[in-house]
Amino acid sequence: MIEVHFFANLRETLGQEALRLPWRGELGSVRALIAALARQHGATWQQALQDERVLVAVNQEIATLDALLRDGDEVAFFPPVTGG
Amino acid sequence: MNPDIRIQQADFAQEREVAALRARGGEVGAIVTFTGLVRDLEADTAVRGLYLEHYPGMTEKSLHKIVASAAARWPLCAVTVIHRVGHLGAAEQIVFVGVSSAHRHAAFAACEFIMDYLKTRAPFWKKSLRSDGDFWVEAKDSDTKASERWQA
Repeated sequence: MIEVHFFANLRETLGQEALRLPWRGELGSVRALIAALARQHGATWQQALQDERVLVAVNQEIATLDALLRDGDEVAFFPPVTGG
Repeated sequence: MNPDIRIQQADFAQEREVAALRARGGEVGAIVTFTGLVRDLEADTAVRGLYLEHYPGMTEKSLHKIVASAAARWPLCAVTVIHRVGHLGAAEQIVFVGVSSAHRHAAFAACEFIMDYLKTRAPFWKKSLRSDGDFWVEAKDSDTKASERWQA
């Protein structure tokens, strides 16, 4: 199982704050996860998740699109941060 | 050094936080604090307030990491970081960073370093609630540049 979270305007664009994907032992990298989500949910998701400004965290640490995922990982996608 | 890091909806009282920093430190010779407020005007448009979203869990981790980097660069006695989340009205307090050290240079520098990194690395997002609609705040290049200068 992979847990996926979305924040801020990305959450609003996708209309969803979190989802779970069953682990099939073949997901591979974050890039592959984005491709799988785009296949499942269509063009809006593809466009939103492939925006080059979007950041990704794996297990609450900033990661790259090439980061390899393992069963049980928590992945989050979000726009550049604007706190403070 | 064990930093006091809090993510909360409630407001905070600067006097109380400064008193706590005085009490917690070892050889404290200087305390520097920063308080961020909700601006009530943005590009000449009235702002009713902000909605602040964050990533529970990652937020605390990233703030601990930022404070640890500051403590590795400067000799610090104590650090407090408070960041509010949820709905905040115009002119309300959003963020507090307080740093104590033996000398002022380290306290000034570490306070600024923590704020610069918080603004570019900690997972918070602001939605500006304005008279002409609600807008997610865009990240600023100037904030990225401010945090990059510490890497030089």
